Amino acid sequence: MSILIDKNTRVICQGFTGKQGTFHSQQALDYGTKLVGGVTPERGGATHLGLPVFNTVDDAVKNTGATATVIYVPPFFAADAILEAVDAGIELIVCITEGIPTLQMLRVKAAMQGTKSLLIGANCPGIITPDECKIGIMPASIHKSGVIGIVSRSGTLTYESVHQTTQQALGQSTCVGIGGDPIHGMNFIDVLRLFQADSKTKGIVMVGEIGGSDEEAAAEYIKAHVTKPVVAYIAGQTAPAGKRMGHAGAIVTGGKGTAESKMNALRAAGVEVVNALTSIGVAMQRCL
Amino acid sequence: MNIHEYQAKQLFQNYAIPIPEGRVATTAIEAEKISQELTHESWVVKAQIHAGGRGKVGGVKVAKTPDDVFTFTHELLGTRLVTKQTDCVGLPIDSVLIEKTYPIKRELYLSLLVERSAERLVFVASAAGGMEIETLAHEMPEQIITVTIHPATGLQASHCRRIAFALKIERAQQTQLETIMRGMVELFLAKDASQIEINPLIETENGELIALDAKINFDDNALALHSDILALRDVRQEEVKENGAQQFGLNYIALDGNIGCMVNGAGLAMATMDLVKSKGGFPANFLDVGGGTNVEKVCEAFKLILADGSVKAVLVNIFGGIVKCDVIAQGILAAMAQIEVNVPVVVRLEGTNAEQGRVLLTDTNFKLYAANDLNQAAEQVVAFAEAAE
Repeated sequence: MSILIDKNTRVICQGFTGKQGTFHSQQALDYGTKLVGGVTPERGGATHLGLPVFNTVDDAVKNTGATATVIYVPPFFAADAILEAVDAGIELIVCITEGIPTLQMLRVKAAMQGTKSLLIGANCPGIITPDECKIGIMPASIHKSGVIGIVSRSGTLTYESVHQTTQQALGQSTCVGIGGDPIHGMNFIDVLRLFQADSKTKGIVMVGEIGGSDEEAAAEYIKAHVTKPVVAYIAGQTAPAGKRMGHAGAIVTGGKGTAESKMNALRAAGVEVVNALTSIGVAMQRCL
Repeated sequence: MNIHEYQAKQLFQNYAIPIPEGRVATTAIEAEKISQELTHESWVVKAQIHAGGRGKVGGVKVAKTPDDVFTFTHELLGTRLVTKQTDCVGLPIDSVLIEKTYPIKRELYLSLLVERSAERLVFVASAAGGMEIETLAHEMPEQIITVTIHPATGLQASHCRRIAFALKIERAQQTQLETIMRGMVELFLAKDASQIEINPLIETENGELIALDAKINFDDNALALHSDILALRDVRQEEVKENGAQQFGLNYIALDGNIGCMVNGAGLAMATMDLVKSKGGFPANFLDVGGGTNVEKVCEAFKLILADGSVKAVLVNIFGGIVKCDVIAQGILAAMAQIEVNVPVVVRLEGTNAEQGRVLLTDTNFKLYAANDLNQAAEQVVAFAEAAE
């Protein structure tokens, strides 16, 4: 088992014929992902990488039976692309694009309420179930099918966690990069819930960073609902304050947002919080 | 992106938010002339910098005569102002805002921002204006009221009423408050702001509500959509090196240590700083070279790091994914051949083809050390930095 995607997941790509879309679609095909087509407006009817191109997501879904999509369109077109996928009834939308305006994401998230679509990202590496399905820009070679679920806000820190759990011969059930934007799709809790319910996942690595209060919320959720061992690392323990966060922003979240606050909240929830990035794999091995 | 108070007030004016009468000046003569034109018994001279806390350090002065306006402006222009919110160098004062003074009955606080976890716009208000909102949140959290706006329905009259009653704003002024709140929401949405703050929002003895101060931050991701806002950018208020870095797709933040860091990915860059510090070292910077690292980027990154004279050693930490480690190693060698690097450089490469990459970096003519893992790399670079001090 795995979460969200497996070897049968039928995937399309929005922004298929662009440079990013082409490169990463080829990588996905090489990995064995069941990529079944792509969308580029005005290019419908063409063939790209041996797969059909459609004008709209709706056409693509009707003709291929796709249930997942990966989005590689430029930032100012990405909100529209996500909503088009929602309208077409796509179940899992993975948006890689970096740089989408926050207010556009705010509206997209409001519009997605009450629909059956799940969003991963934006500004994320994507999701992979090793040896079965790779949707995103993560390097395939470091992964190994196994028992650890990984969820992270940072791309490269996801790779570090993957690498360390591979070195420990634990492998990964599924790895989800939830993205680094302030307003994004699935959060830690959404993914933790799925890992807790997944029979293949024996342990969970959670990688957070400073800003917002998602980690604190996750800590409360773990305390109440997660029985599997969780190892957490929070980046930015030594980051200077106030470089990015607005003043009033710190208020509404009630002083939450520092690495210390997040680490304390997670420790209080029984999570094994490591101080050093390099200790993730070893700590996970020890906790199992 | 931040803008100046006077620019924020000009935007306020376009959205019917009342502001004090006044104008910006870049010379003392101009400032004096403005005060003479704004016939009044006293004026305030406000240094225009991209930071708060100006009043406490002499950046805001009340003048009783146009002569005083001249003198104060003359004293402020061309200097740098150091406040609680700046670094120890401070920010340059290139302009001052000259405004009429107003008889203040009381000071309120009103801001509008994106609340991340709620995924909504939120008004934050308090009857205890004037003081810093962080202080207020710490000392009197019960004095703060928040009101959440749904993106589909927008601002409702009930939102304004809730704030009006909480701030004890009298019936006669409730329409004024509603106009201000409506203006803030319209401005926020039209220009992709990330925060609009009015602190203080004053109630005058005559019963008028006026935005005595104005602060607006904009969402960097949306700037390309708003050329009018981009035109308000004042690069002199920004860190020079941070700007230089942006041109090459590098994300750089200067810190005060002596170990230069070059890392791919923002998360890994933060984690690398954390690790250096845990080994007893002090990072000189945060630097994310991003994905798709190439020779040009590595060259520019080295230049940025080495421009800081306090750097005694450099740690390069790259997790090679799609871009393979041997290719990155070649990039590092090419960059080091192009620019003179005379401090030790410790490189940690991990990921695809890491071993080939390490081999390439061993036995070179440079002060280059290929570490076997990240822990070792951090320890080694800290040792180099300590030895050099």
